[in-house]
Amino acid sequence: MEQTTLPDISTQARGLEELGSRILVMAGVLMVIGGGGAFGLAMTSEGGLHRLAETYLVSFAYFLSLALGALFFVLLQHLTHAGWSVVVRRLAEALSVNVVLMAVLVIPVVLNMEHLYHWAHPGAADHDAILAGKSAFLNPQFFTIRLVVYFAIWSLLAWFFFSKSKSQDATADPKYTRRMEALSAPGMILFALSINFAAFDLLMSVNPHWFSTIFGVYFFAGSVVVIMATLVVLAAYLQRQGRLQGIVTVEHYHDLGKLLFGFVVFWAYIAFSQYMLYWYGNIPEETVWYLTRQTGNWTGISLALLFGHFVIPFLVLVSRFPKRRPRLLVLAALWMLAMHWLDLYYLVGPEFHPEGASIGLMDVLCFLGMGGLFFMVLAWRLRKIALVPVGDPRLAESLAFENS
Amino acid sequence: MTTPDNYGYLVEFDNVDDLLAGAETVRDAGFTRWDAHTPFVVHGLDRAMGIKPTKLPFLVLFGGAVGLAGGVALQWWTNAVNYPYQISGKPLFSLPANIPVAFETTILVAAIMALVGMLGLNRLPQLYHPLFNSSRFRKATDDRFFISIEAADPIFDAEATRELLEGLDGRLSLEEVQS
Repeated sequence: MEQTTLPDISTQARGLEELGSRILVMAGVLMVIGGGGAFGLAMTSEGGLHRLAETYLVSFAYFLSLALGALFFVLLQHLTHAGWSVVVRRLAEALSVNVVLMAVLVIPVVLNMEHLYHWAHPGAADHDAILAGKSAFLNPQFFTIRLVVYFAIWSLLAWFFFSKSKSQDATADPKYTRRMEALSAPGMILFALSINFAAFDLLMSVNPHWFSTIFGVYFFAGSVVVIMATLVVLAAYLQRQGRLQGIVTVEHYHDLGKLLFGFVVFWAYIAFSQYMLYWYGNIPEETVWYLTRQTGNWTGISLALLFGHFVIPFLVLVSRFPKRRPRLLVLAALWMLAMHWLDLYYLVGPEFHPEGASIGLMDVLCFLGMGGLFFMVLAWRLRKIALVPVGDPRLAESLAFENS
Repeated sequence: MTTPDNYGYLVEFDNVDDLLAGAETVRDAGFTRWDAHTPFVVHGLDRAMGIKPTKLPFLVLFGGAVGLAGGVALQWWTNAVNYPYQISGKPLFSLPANIPVAFETTILVAAIMALVGMLGLNRLPQLYHPLFNSSRFRKATDDRFFISIEAADPIFDAEATRELLEGLDGRLSLEEVQS
């Protein structure tokens, strides 16, 4: 290959610095208003704390899926020895380390176990043969142990890739790349198993009578959608703020857009795979989950997902046109970020309120509060380190990348 | 001196940069029936040649739509009209049951359209091409880069075009190819 000289990217790739402080303040205000507002609403309304626990689980699943999607992205790039993605990988690395924050934020879920998970009620299994049969797996002690194991796996993996990549910034030693690539394969296996079981535990067991073996893949599909959309929005935001200009190009947006499109389709494929088998089999213990979601205004939420999470984004993103226009792609990405929340709400909400969906101020505030905290931690982490893995041996390839 | 059976000119380069510069010159001169030949994919060549985006995606979209409609119509006709057959208590014509087959026919027709459309737009297969009369041209699959201009181009002029090509930087050879 021809010898390429690296353009000087040190200004555009530098850490967030004063921009980071600004984000910290904005996100901090969001956290206080959102968190305080949601808690205030919960305290002053009847059954408010239960509602807060439910919407907290949705928001928690949302930001967990974002961190896990980021971890998947980092693992995937190393597994495939990808060159194109180097310029956006640091953002994904930093997002994935936020899984450590999620390990703290899971504590309220554990504390509210009795409300969120029917199987965790003392004596729930006494007159319920199905719960009794599952109690060896679904019991508070083992549930907590599993959560500790999942978060240990994710935190170690995320931290390993983040810190090795950071060390490489200074030395540009390819040995870090080799080590990360070597760990990406076993890391991917661990990730696949842990995200599956975590989805069963945290989201599927909200209805402990129901089961779906594809449920973990469904959650995974949403995670990848949300990380691709987030990378698009984050890169575009940083470029507006005078970072990454000339580093992230339309070619990188194009590729992120392709992956976003691909995983929108993958999500629909998995969602339909689950639906069709249960629809065809027509066994009550399986169809009950869909029956709840086709009753009252939950039908509207189901249809909103069918069209909003698949049909419309499919038609919008199928063409090359929006993928090479960052402004349009950001709009599509923001849309998918909203749809992903609706998707998680659709998984959790109907089990607590089969009588009907009602998305209110508390849902918005809780989401914004947790999002504020999430991005505070992210901004703090990116204050002093480069926004691009400047020591990566494939950086030149990524900077010069073009879709053929 | 060009003869009536002149196919056109073939210019040879030994590196990508000269090829790209040459392609830009030919593009700016306004030629339409010309091509560049390289042993590997050269990024930026499309832009240097001024090639418009391909129409292939629209053909593939059309193929996909035909496959989707065809797949649904096939199941409707066979299962609900021509030989009504009750399966698992479902309606004779019900979309969820039809989606897997409709999905497959969508992919099938779209993929066939992509292949056939690509061949058609490239005018392939061609069993004969005048450029292969040039022995130098064999190196187009090895380490040489070529630009060919057809004599059939509306603004082709034997003398002026030769002059233009002779002025290109890094030119290794200039050859008149017989058709």
